[in-house]
Amino acid sequence: MAINLEVPKKHRALVDQAHQVAMNMLRPISRKYDIAEHEYPKELDMLAAMIDGLSESGASEGAGATGVRRDSDDSDKKTVKNGANLASVTSVAEMCWGDTGLLLSMPRQGLGNSAIASVANDEQLERFKGRWASMAITEPSFGSDSAAISTTAVLDGDEYVINGEKIFVTSGERSDCIVVWATLDKSLGRAAIKSFVVEKDTPGVKVERLEEKLGIRASDTAVITFTDARVPKDNLLGSPEVNVEQGFAGAMATFDNTRPLVAAMAVGCARASLDLTRDLLKEAGIEVDYDRPAILQHAAAAKFLQLESDWEAGRLLTLQAAWMADNRKPNSLEASMAKAKAGRVGSDVTLSCVELCASIGYSEEELLEKWARDSKILDIFEGTQQIQQLIVARRILGLSSAELK
Amino acid sequence: MSLISNLKPGGKHGVPSSESRDPIGYLVAGLNRLAQTDLLDKVRLRKPTEQAVFSVTRTGFKTMTTASRTFAKAGKGGQPGARPKHAAASGVFDLTPGEDEQMLVDVVTEFADEVVRPAAAEADKTCAAPDDLLKASLDIGLPILGLPESLGGVSEERSAMAGTLVAEALAKGDMGLAVATLAPGSVATAIGLWGTDAQQQTYLPAFSAEDGSVPAAALALNEPTVLFDVFSPSTTARRSDDGAGFVLNGAKSLVARGDHAELFVVGASLDGKPVLFLVESGATGLAIAGDPAMGVRAASMTTLVLEDVTVPADAVLGETDGSTYTECVRLSRLAWCALAVGTGQAVLDYVTPYVQGREAFGEPIAHRQSVAFMVANIAIELQGMRLLTYRAASRAAAGKDFSREVALARKACTDKGMQIGLDGVQLLGGHGFVKEHPVERWYRDLRAIGIMEGTVLV
Repeated sequence: MAINLEVPKKHRALVDQAHQVAMNMLRPISRKYDIAEHEYPKELDMLAAMIDGLSESGASEGAGATGVRRDSDDSDKKTVKNGANLASVTSVAEMCWGDTGLLLSMPRQGLGNSAIASVANDEQLERFKGRWASMAITEPSFGSDSAAISTTAVLDGDEYVINGEKIFVTSGERSDCIVVWATLDKSLGRAAIKSFVVEKDTPGVKVERLEEKLGIRASDTAVITFTDARVPKDNLLGSPEVNVEQGFAGAMATFDNTRPLVAAMAVGCARASLDLTRDLLKEAGIEVDYDRPAILQHAAAAKFLQLESDWEAGRLLTLQAAWMADNRKPNSLEASMAKAKAGRVGSDVTLSCVELCASIGYSEEELLEKWARDSKILDIFEGTQQIQQLIVARRILGLSSAELK
Repeated sequence: MSLISNLKPGGKHGVPSSESRDPIGYLVAGLNRLAQTDLLDKVRLRKPTEQAVFSVTRTGFKTMTTASRTFAKAGKGGQPGARPKHAAASGVFDLTPGEDEQMLVDVVTEFADEVVRPAAAEADKTCAAPDDLLKASLDIGLPILGLPESLGGVSEERSAMAGTLVAEALAKGDMGLAVATLAPGSVATAIGLWGTDAQQQTYLPAFSAEDGSVPAAALALNEPTVLFDVFSPSTTARRSDDGAGFVLNGAKSLVARGDHAELFVVGASLDGKPVLFLVESGATGLAIAGDPAMGVRAASMTTLVLEDVTVPADAVLGETDGSTYTECVRLSRLAWCALAVGTGQAVLDYVTPYVQGREAFGEPIAHRQSVAFMVANIAIELQGMRLLTYRAASRAAAGKDFSREVALARKACTDKGMQIGLDGVQLLGGHGFVKEHPVERWYRDLRAIGIMEGTVLV
């Protein structure tokens, strides 16, 4: 055992591959689908097929939306593992270096797939294999406060009947199914909130409209209504028991796995800005000297150094959270730290790079302005900056959600 | 100097030279002169003055006289010394310290908790590390920490990673005392890394002495220059007229325990390149003065002046092309990052129970987001600093280039470290401002990061 924070040797081929895909497949169509919002990026079908192929062959090290499933294999606890969680965050970051909106539109790589991978039992995992699942939590009346869910699921025979309205469903139109969060009994509070896999062709499921957005415009964000939508009882993910003791913990466990992924998206998106800005600054005659004191260098070089330092901290916190998941260590604290840091760094880096590059940064001629729009959502979805800070603070200070509101 | 310019207030007491006095200003200045005369004391209008302590107040220079030791020349001159091997990299991402490293950290943590922290406030006040603490630091092997077994060290391989973990653990006790105790080992490490066979044989045995006679030693790279660039020292080295050695001239600031040091490693420009020189404290032309600073006071900071100091030709440590010097600066910055992480952890560990216990408006202040989020951000940025530092250290230990990584770590440790120091005081409010609590000391100590060069090395 020895401390080493380099991307592991066995993942390097995968990362290189993801980088090539990002550069040669995503970048060329990046602006196209930013402008043509709501148009389906048909190029992605071929890419998704390729990713499935790699995954079948084992060459992808288990990376992807489903890479977040925690190995239940307890053997070998002494050996340090670099597994699917780490492979997923490193490759997701590379893909978002290409285009965050397109990564989010990747067929069969939705956040719903991560949710299924996190909490489904083996039978469900097999049944929903190969399906494209989006995630539906938010409702018009609440955002961060997931416990306020008013969409209901009522057991009727062998089926749950779902009623309610969900907003901000990423890939809501394009996906095959939706992981819907609904309450079995609102009076029982958080513990009664469960997630259900709902097929899109279920009668009563309707995509009402698609949002027009600040960024990640390649990704469709849908409003979906459920009117007496009936789903088989076996589509409930996790345990149907309402365990008041355990409360919300079961459903929230998904986030421990998906937050490092979103942090990785911010890391990848911000690196795109850093890489291009470094290049443009160099053309302008400014290069960062890592040895000389920053205050003795050009202000732009000093600024760049600060951005790069913040970015690297976000990246390493993300790797840490994934590494802990791979090694079956509880990581809610570290996952939230990573998401908080990477989320805010993503905004600072991309916005500052626009400023450093002046009108070239602001113009649609380059992609810098796009990355500065794309990055904003990453500090919002899967838990806002403020929610991450709450989680970190509660953990560090040992406070409950009633004490630290 | 003309009378007019003598009456101008600028250029002293921190007053910019553009300032001028109006009539009221002259009156006040005159009153102040009166207040400073001993007339008031003669008529017993003022209590007797406090006594001055060498290290607590700035003093005039005195010639270096602590030279008690002559290092007997040994070894083969001109032969390269032993070079520590680099640890083999496993290629696996891992945040678990090695077994040996963990053992070291455990020992040092105990030392930091039980010996260093309790001594910190007094050491800060007196600008001196207590003798028994320094002695205890020898017992746990700090001076030889960075040396491989073949050169008198304890572990088979020397590792910048182990040094980093130790510096962090020590600084959790106290940064000033960490610097005081790590300074001799830093010089030993430098000689172990870059010394010739003769230099290693001459100097290193003293550092592994078991009778408590390990010399104080200092790695002096800082200079009293605004916008100081460590890579362009204004201290100069020129070849002596007889060609037998070098003549050094210049001033070095913030030299840890310089008044006790028996051996210095001094940075100087030779033919336009920065180069390290070994200077024994017995050399003619060395003068030293107490130079207490804002923080890191337990390290008894001094200014070292070199006036036509002649050193032999074999006083050059490492290469003269600037490469050794550059590596030294990087490893030293790494050590300061580790110190920042340790001190940042001390802040977090202190403010956490404080905000849980302190009540305002009928409940613990920790229940307020504005307070709780400050604590959360300390925790987040601190872990970021730590991972950046570990990455640079692990690359250094594996013999990889770490120039970029240490620069990124230093940037974070400078900015976020200072923010942590600032927030540490703020979270305690007025109580943070008084010396009853250590947060004001950590605030002063953390300002050293990003300024300090040299002094410590991992």
